[in-house]
Amino acid sequence: MIRFTSLQFRIQAAIAVGVLVLVAIAVAITGPNLVHLYDTTVANCKAHGDCSYASNALTQSDSFLQSAFGALLLVLPALVGIFWGAPLIAREFEAGTFRLVWTQSVTRMRWLAVKLGIIGLTSMAVAGLATLMVSWWFSPIDKVTKVQFASFDERGIVVIGYALFAFAFGVAAGLLIRRTVPAMFAALVAFIGARLAVTYWVRPHLLAPVKAAMPLHIVFGTSIEQGSSTGLSFFEPVNIPNAWIYSNEVVNNSGHAPTAQFLQSACHSALSGPASGAVQGVPTPNQNAQTAFAECFANVAAKFHQLVIYQPASRYWAFQWYETAIFFGLAVIVAGFSFWWVRRRLV
Amino acid sequence: MTAALETSGLGKQYGQKWALHDCTLAIPEGKVVGLVGPNGAGKSTLLNLAVGLLAPTSGTIEVLGGRPSDGPSQLGRIGFVAQDTPTYEGMSVAKHLRMGAWLNPHWDSKLAERRIKQLGLDPRQKAGSLSGGQRAQLALVLALAKKPEILILDEPVASLDPLARREFLQTLMEVVAEHGVSVVLSSHLIADLERVCDYLVVLVASHVQLSGDVSALLASHYHLSGPRRDRSTLPANQEVIEESHTDKQSVFMVRTDNPIIDPAWIVKPVTLDDLVLGYMRQAREAEPHRRPDLGVLR
Repeated sequence: MIRFTSLQFRIQAAIAVGVLVLVAIAVAITGPNLVHLYDTTVANCKAHGDCSYASNALTQSDSFLQSAFGALLLVLPALVGIFWGAPLIAREFEAGTFRLVWTQSVTRMRWLAVKLGIIGLTSMAVAGLATLMVSWWFSPIDKVTKVQFASFDERGIVVIGYALFAFAFGVAAGLLIRRTVPAMFAALVAFIGARLAVTYWVRPHLLAPVKAAMPLHIVFGTSIEQGSSTGLSFFEPVNIPNAWIYSNEVVNNSGHAPTAQFLQSACHSALSGPASGAVQGVPTPNQNAQTAFAECFANVAAKFHQLVIYQPASRYWAFQWYETAIFFGLAVIVAGFSFWWVRRRLV
Repeated sequence: MTAALETSGLGKQYGQKWALHDCTLAIPEGKVVGLVGPNGAGKSTLLNLAVGLLAPTSGTIEVLGGRPSDGPSQLGRIGFVAQDTPTYEGMSVAKHLRMGAWLNPHWDSKLAERRIKQLGLDPRQKAGSLSGGQRAQLALVLALAKKPEILILDEPVASLDPLARREFLQTLMEVVAEHGVSVVLSSHLIADLERVCDYLVVLVASHVQLSGDVSALLASHYHLSGPRRDRSTLPANQEVIEESHTDKQSVFMVRTDNPIIDPAWIVKPVTLDDLVLGYMRQAREAEPHRRPDLGVLR
């Protein structure tokens, strides 16, 4: 059965190997350059004092490959579900060949076990190799951008979990729907649905976020802003590298943001000064404006502090493992359903 | 002797409809059995139940004394050629044989290769590009090289042209002669069966209307034609299967184990065709409401 599965799966496996080889070639050619670029520019930019320039140069290099690799890891699991999972049983039904193969001297439970096992493991291997290569390729860029949670589902081990789930669900869809194209469609919709649901409803609740209350500082970006609908507000940027920021507010001890009236009176001189509108803590040649803003800031900082709710960078891999485990679990449940259906219902 | 196929109160329901209902039959081993009946009689459902592709809703079924789909050994005892003889389009003939070798412990590869050679099939040819007749032959080789104790064929020739049909049945007869395997073959074409079968089962609306050795059946049925008379005037040992009357003349098909001695009759032997049609008509007249909508064919 193992040999027969390999025989039937050869072409699909060859396509996957082809894609991986293409990725490997692109990674092998361009990856070392990125590492070299990082080592020669960003790594010692402090000495040259050109860190922002060096960072920009690195993050903007190979922009096509950046988009392509990111997209590849997003769609790869879906492709596995559509082209490996959905047709696995649906095509047997469509061609009537289930009557041929399920009447050989192999029970259909074993048939399904071997098919799910071999192709499921291959799906994981393909996703694993792809994510390994792409994650390595991105590592110099990720070290600079420091927003690892933004590309959470295009790196790391979650991709392996997504691929296994997509495959298992595609198989089940084909088993229930019995027609290839509708099963492919169902596999795609369900995969997108599961991914969105986990991303927006489950992932943020996997670990309780950290709440950090910090005194205000004048940094690049500290500002009073005049929103068209919200009125005046005070903004303090947050700088926690690689963290996943849930919220960032300026509040007083009872949790309220400064009112427009308060800011109006606290920052009267700054707001009526030469630089009206947005007033920032940016060093400007205008001495009066700077003094006015410093006064405004002192008034606000006396009563308000910054409250940041976030997941620290150190939890990145915990999140990766949890989410991978969730999709593995879903895959096992769906596969179990397929076994039950093949044994009890499909008769 | 164990029966090749034995069912008791066997039924298969799809939603509200029964594709097969309360079917009880016993088919002896070592025969080439023709299973005939109108479309919708439940032939295909019965055979799919026999190989374990379906599970019964009610009743029991045993093939060679074993429950269908009861593990690999039971699967190995049955060679099955499904309706429309499915094969893997993109796989070559040789790969089909390899599949057979990998999936069946008793696979006879010499037999398979010899058969393919005899059929003149190119092993490298994709099954998808074979003609219907060649595909059916390939399916038969696959079923045969498993070395089964019984071959079950579900309408194997229904979609073939007359020449391919004849060739297929020719192969089947050779196989039976060579390997002495039991065969159950369903068809709604009686002419097909006449050529190969030595045992006949007529199934109408899940019920066996007639079963027995073909030669015995033919020997115990007669066409009687003569002056018009009522069926009640016939001797008690002559069971009337079919009758038709004109003003002056009556024609009966009767079943009897005794010789016909009434000199008023012109006695003619019956053909298998007459026999099957006669019993199918009898079933329809007996219970006309049962026939039509049982026709859930898979």
